[in-house]
Amino acid sequence: MTSHRYVPTGNYRRRKATSLIAQGVMVLAAGLSVGALFAVLGFVFVQGISGLDLNLLTQTPKPPGEAGGGMANAIVGTFIVVVLACVLSLPVGVGAGIYLAEYGRTGLLAQLIRFMSDVLTGVPSVVVGLFAYTVLVLPLGHFSALAGGFALGVIMLPTVTRATEEMLRQVPDSIREAALALGFEQWKVTLRVVLPTAFNGVLTGILLAVARAAGETAPLLFTAFGNPFWNLDPTQPMAALPLQIFVYAISPYDDWHRQAWAGAFLLVALVLAVSVVARILGRRTPARF
Amino acid sequence: MTFPRIAGRPVARSQLADAVFELLVAALGLGVLGLAVAIGLNLAGEAGPALGQFGPAFFARSIWDPVREEFGALPFIYGTLATSFLALLIGSPVALATAIFLAELAPGWLKGPISYLVELLAAIPSVVYGLWGLFVLAPVLRTTVQPALGNWLGFLPLFQGPFYGVGIFTGGVILAIMVIPSIAAVSRDVIRAVPNDQREAMLALGATRWETIRYAVLPAARSGIIGLGVLGLGRALGETMAVTMVIGNRPEIPASLFAPGYTMAAVIANEFAEATSDLHLSALFGVGFGLFLLTLLVNILARLLVWRVAWGPVGGE
Amino acid sequence: MAGPSLQTPVRPASLRVEGLSAWYGRRQALRNINLEIVPGQITAVIGPSGCGKSTLVRCLNRLHEVVPGARVEGRVLLNGEDIYAPGVDPVVVRRRVGMVFQRPNPFPTMSVFENVAIGPRLNGLARGAELEELVVRSLKLAALWDEVKDKLHLPGTALSGGQQQRLCIARALAVNPEVLLLDEPTTALDPISTLKIEDLLRQLKTEYTIVIVTHNMQQAARVSDFTAFMLAGDDLVGELVEFGPTRQLFTNPRDPRTEAYITGRFG
Repeated sequence: MTSHRYVPTGNYRRRKATSLIAQGVMVLAAGLSVGALFAVLGFVFVQGISGLDLNLLTQTPKPPGEAGGGMANAIVGTFIVVVLACVLSLPVGVGAGIYLAEYGRTGLLAQLIRFMSDVLTGVPSVVVGLFAYTVLVLPLGHFSALAGGFALGVIMLPTVTRATEEMLRQVPDSIREAALALGFEQWKVTLRVVLPTAFNGVLTGILLAVARAAGETAPLLFTAFGNPFWNLDPTQPMAALPLQIFVYAISPYDDWHRQAWAGAFLLVALVLAVSVVARILGRRTPARF
Repeated sequence: MTFPRIAGRPVARSQLADAVFELLVAALGLGVLGLAVAIGLNLAGEAGPALGQFGPAFFARSIWDPVREEFGALPFIYGTLATSFLALLIGSPVALATAIFLAELAPGWLKGPISYLVELLAAIPSVVYGLWGLFVLAPVLRTTVQPALGNWLGFLPLFQGPFYGVGIFTGGVILAIMVIPSIAAVSRDVIRAVPNDQREAMLALGATRWETIRYAVLPAARSGIIGLGVLGLGRALGETMAVTMVIGNRPEIPASLFAPGYTMAAVIANEFAEATSDLHLSALFGVGFGLFLLTLLVNILARLLVWRVAWGPVGGE
Repeated sequence: MAGPSLQTPVRPASLRVEGLSAWYGRRQALRNINLEIVPGQITAVIGPSGCGKSTLVRCLNRLHEVVPGARVEGRVLLNGEDIYAPGVDPVVVRRRVGMVFQRPNPFPTMSVFENVAIGPRLNGLARGAELEELVVRSLKLAALWDEVKDKLHLPGTALSGGQQQRLCIARALAVNPEVLLLDEPTTALDPISTLKIEDLLRQLKTEYTIVIVTHNMQQAARVSDFTAFMLAGDDLVGELVEFGPTRQLFTNPRDPRTEAYITGRFG
């Protein structure tokens, strides 16, 4: 019954082996990627939780070399700097996104803005810090939370712009037409109908941008600068969680290393929480980023 | 595609409001555009004194001595390029293979969780990678990987010399871990976007699973994946904190990858707030300007590659 | 090489479906199909959309199972051997049972020549001059050679829709299959391209066993020797209603449902 036709051709055994080996390599690579995550997160969790104490959440730093103290001012500082960044970047980013989606879909100017916005995404955050330094630190004569917020705002801006544009574009034209047919002016259609329809998606984009900005360190080094004392004045230097982690990590003191891990745990928890909320919101809208 | 604008009707107050609103959002759009331009001009301006003093040779000199006010950016350029290429060399094959696993091989119940984990890898802040790199990765590399590489490849100068732990090699490895999720997550989407009939056509010819991936899926996704690799390179070039913490901070061009070095972003991060002389500050701006141009170039290249995929003609129609 | 000779195509194979049922996840798509496909003849599978006719042909080369969650029960005997028997490799089955899809799907990154050459190259059937000869022969078999002999280096997607589909037929023929499955191959084509492909199928049937899925009854009547009529039952699971020589099925159907369908009383 079995003729030579039913026997696999000569190279088949080798092909099959190649296929299996290649698939094994893929599985291994995926394992490596996930393994890296567990290695990083695992250490942050174990070291961080064991280093965590109440002082960390309630006290300000002790002078160098002294054990104890905490990061309370840095936690609040991160919150303030991120809020400043949002205040500065959201109006511009959402407005620019509205322009791209509603007015300049195909125009040359819109293409240019889109391109520059993508370019802005690629500018290293430390370079954005330099820019913020020249714009706000030099004229004011000293470091300030405002400059830090400005730097983070510039980093958030392109993400917010493109997210707004993408989400507004998902709103079908029929909804715009329906609103126009009711006699709304176009700007009201945009602000009252189109933007609310896309709200969840836009918020997802904003939250992802916030999550990234909250973890940024480099642009704060010479803008917000850091501050060992309580400060709520945005025109003065201000502590931030990532800055504190950096300073403590490269210090020679064991107790500061412990606090660096604990701070890293807090920062990762914060960033992951915001990302997870963003993703849950994003899942309710059809679009993905 | 364009939503029709209401034009040509008699001017009413409502239309004035519309015009004002359009002008406003257009201005905000221009703000985004202006910002990108302003950053470039600003850096160039601030770098002026240093570039004026040393000329274009600023980017080719390998002296960096703040005390004697002698500045040259070459050691940082070398460190940046070396760590970034190392990162891509190690990271992109792993990222691509992970993407293929997620898009083509993983069973349905595993796809979601693993994709999610890989994307989480991208959300971890740079300074946390640095902390981990400094206290966990560097000691491990010094005691295991570096001696092993030294044994096998020690005949090359790149793998000679003492094992420091911190240095260019460790910087490259930490960057590799950081670029994996971004390349993997989007490559997965690019691979998934390859139409299913391409896979089935290859399978129907009697191709194995790997041959289907190799000859039908990857070629169709190729330019997108290359674009993403370049985008990953751009990200690695500008990455600051993690590298700053494990690079060793020595402004030299070492022969060995195991030796300490410095990157453009790291020197700015470390020295800028403490620089006292104007020339030192200007030199750091010069390094920042160089970094800006480098990432700009790489990003434009990447966007062109990715855009061609996103909006270019798609075959098979 | 102990492979098949390229000059003498193999005898077309018989295909026998026994008690075949198929599922997508928990949803059943086919129930208990029994069918005897005659070698060297054209068998058409007709029925309203959603009746499982595409699923049926995808079960004949084990392509059904590449859909996540899909599974099959029953037997499909290719020249008497069950292609679902334990130890049978689907890759080997697919090389023996070629397939052409609803929409032309040449590989966009490959030239016309490479599109045809990739199958034999992977399967190690031929190389060098022999491979070139095989590609030319396949393109001639697919009645495409005269139109593309100056365009062999162009991308496969540069051809017209009808040419692309014949390129896909040539691609399938190049690995020298015993059975050729066509899943609504002319749906996406204009009438003239459709006629060309129908002519081609009539010429090919002496060397290949051909199964063609079509939603077009006239096409089934024009090209096929045997016709299988399928219908989804009340539970939306596809079943075989009637199978027989095409002329008999169209002129003298045994089942009232077949009669209702061919006289246009269903969708």
